[in-house]
Amino acid sequence: MTNLMIWPILIPLLTGVVLLLAPKRVLFQRVLSSIAGVALIVLNIFILLSIHQDGILTLELGGWNPPFGIVLVGDMLAALLITATSIVSLPILLFSIYTIGKEREQFYFYAFYQFLITGVIGAFLTGDLFNLFVFFEVMLISSYILIVHGGTKKQLRESFKYVLVNVISSAFFVVGVAYLYAVTGTLNIAHLSERINSLDSPAPILTVIAVLFLIVFGLKGALFPLYFWLPASYTAPPFAIAAIFGALLTKVGIYSIFRTYSMIFTHDIGFTHQLLSILAALTMVIGIIGAIAHQDVKKILVYNVIVAVGFVLFGVSTMTEAGFIGAIYYVLHDMVIKGALFLLIGAMVIVAGTSHLKEMGGLIKHHPRMGWMFFTATMALVGVPPLSGFVGKLMLIQGGIEAGQYGIIAVMMVTSLLILYSMIRIFLKGFYGQIKLLKADQYGSSKGLLLPCAFLITVSALMGLGAESLYPFVESAAKTLLNPEIYIDAVLKE
Amino acid sequence: MKSNDIILQTMTNVVLFIVLIFSIFIFFNGHHEPGGGFIGGLMTSSALVLLLLAYDLETVQRILPIDFKIVAAIGLLIAIGTGMGSFLFGEPFLSQTYDYYTFFVLGELELATALLFDIGVYLVVIGVTLTIIQTIGEDK
Repeated sequence: MTNLMIWPILIPLLTGVVLLLAPKRVLFQRVLSSIAGVALIVLNIFILLSIHQDGILTLELGGWNPPFGIVLVGDMLAALLITATSIVSLPILLFSIYTIGKEREQFYFYAFYQFLITGVIGAFLTGDLFNLFVFFEVMLISSYILIVHGGTKKQLRESFKYVLVNVISSAFFVVGVAYLYAVTGTLNIAHLSERINSLDSPAPILTVIAVLFLIVFGLKGALFPLYFWLPASYTAPPFAIAAIFGALLTKVGIYSIFRTYSMIFTHDIGFTHQLLSILAALTMVIGIIGAIAHQDVKKILVYNVIVAVGFVLFGVSTMTEAGFIGAIYYVLHDMVIKGALFLLIGAMVIVAGTSHLKEMGGLIKHHPRMGWMFFTATMALVGVPPLSGFVGKLMLIQGGIEAGQYGIIAVMMVTSLLILYSMIRIFLKGFYGQIKLLKADQYGSSKGLLLPCAFLITVSALMGLGAESLYPFVESAAKTLLNPEIYIDAVLKE
Repeated sequence: MKSNDIILQTMTNVVLFIVLIFSIFIFFNGHHEPGGGFIGGLMTSSALVLLLLAYDLETVQRILPIDFKIVAAIGLLIAIGTGMGSFLFGEPFLSQTYDYYTFFVLGELELATALLFDIGVYLVVIGVTLTIIQTIGEDK
């Protein structure tokens, strides 16, 4: 029995609570948040390595045995995701120190940033569906506060819709959980997996519940046709907040679909996973249409978030090892690179003073480093080797071929090319092109903004170059998902 | 638009203490019977809300010069701290224990570590409820 697994939740939670005590002391808030961020990275890497060595780690809270008590389960997928979460959240925190503004800093910004991370990490680690709901709420309530934080007119308007959509989907979540409990009599993921997979002829109601969960998590994760709230609400808050949303929040929805559709709802793959693959393909198409259609750099990027949702969920729907490995690689890569791109676009808009492509141009003259970093990040997003996007896409395609989904693979390839088009347009028009602003006219400087971006791009490059050494981790995560017995044995100890 | 609320104010002066004492009773009644930190906290805050209704915000802030946001934060710290207390004994997070002790006058009583956790919950509920009500109340 080890208490190791609670620490990734406790560090941000405790930090957030301590920050609540002294809201006006900005320097203290900055320093403590940064220390907590570094500590979390070190701890999560340690957990990742110990899970790699000793297999799945569990913690039964309060000493109550599962399936009755609450259990935290650190399998490889959860460990990879919490590590990525901590690695992404630190540079975004540093970026927010430079950009968020003193008023926001003095009004609990850092505290709720920590609570948001608590919710995200808790959702990855929890071993039962009700606590998944609880941690979703922790994350969502912090996100409600962060999205409206500062109270500009646009934020107030968009946060209203955001809250409404999420409250409704949370209600559906509880309904789904209640249905599942009524049908199976348990909510522990391992126990559910064991019970549902041992049924000879699963009742059709299970498929209904599976689709209900797809709707709930699809709303959080921006799956077609439930993505409609995302573009407006992710462009409303300041860049640091938009970056953490874009990098982490949709990923929690994706993770939940991944977990439930690989370990629990595998009784009717012909229907549920076929549905998932079609929705994934449509998500790619809709996302890329949005990304091409818009001239606003923020909107272009936000629609690219939606495209990534489609890629990952396509990998989930294949139910093959290659597909799962691809999906895990891609989700890790996407967390890092979306964080980097949001920050770069943020820096770009701060420098140019506008987010509209037509009013930008020639930024590379005065900001060469920013320009080339953006170019590198774009290449990584598209999947040019040796950067991080390549391996994920390669494995996704391999998984798709094994599952015989040639049509969707074609959609994916075309979408990838169009991602390149949509992003390189920003580079050509914004960074190249005619100089619209003299150096003297430029709003603000990029001082301090580029370091966090550089950190994330380095991580992305390392993930690509070190794909070989990352592979055993990802492979073991995919194996656990495909063979839930490993997970069940670790949790229920039978 | 100051209305004549002498009846409400006089009643509040008496009822306030009854509600407060009952809320503490409810708080200790928890664990085995209905009650506990959440209900107790709500009841205490309802007593304070009654005070707010009978008098006004400034008066109440003069009587109770407390920042309720800090109360909530301290409550959270206590709750998390009791959860982490189990680390000292090598038990999983949030483990709890209890024992029976004999007290002077009171006789034998059960003391549980869950009570400490409940004190945290009690403070969080009071802090959050009154922060919300004061924020809405200031918004005129």
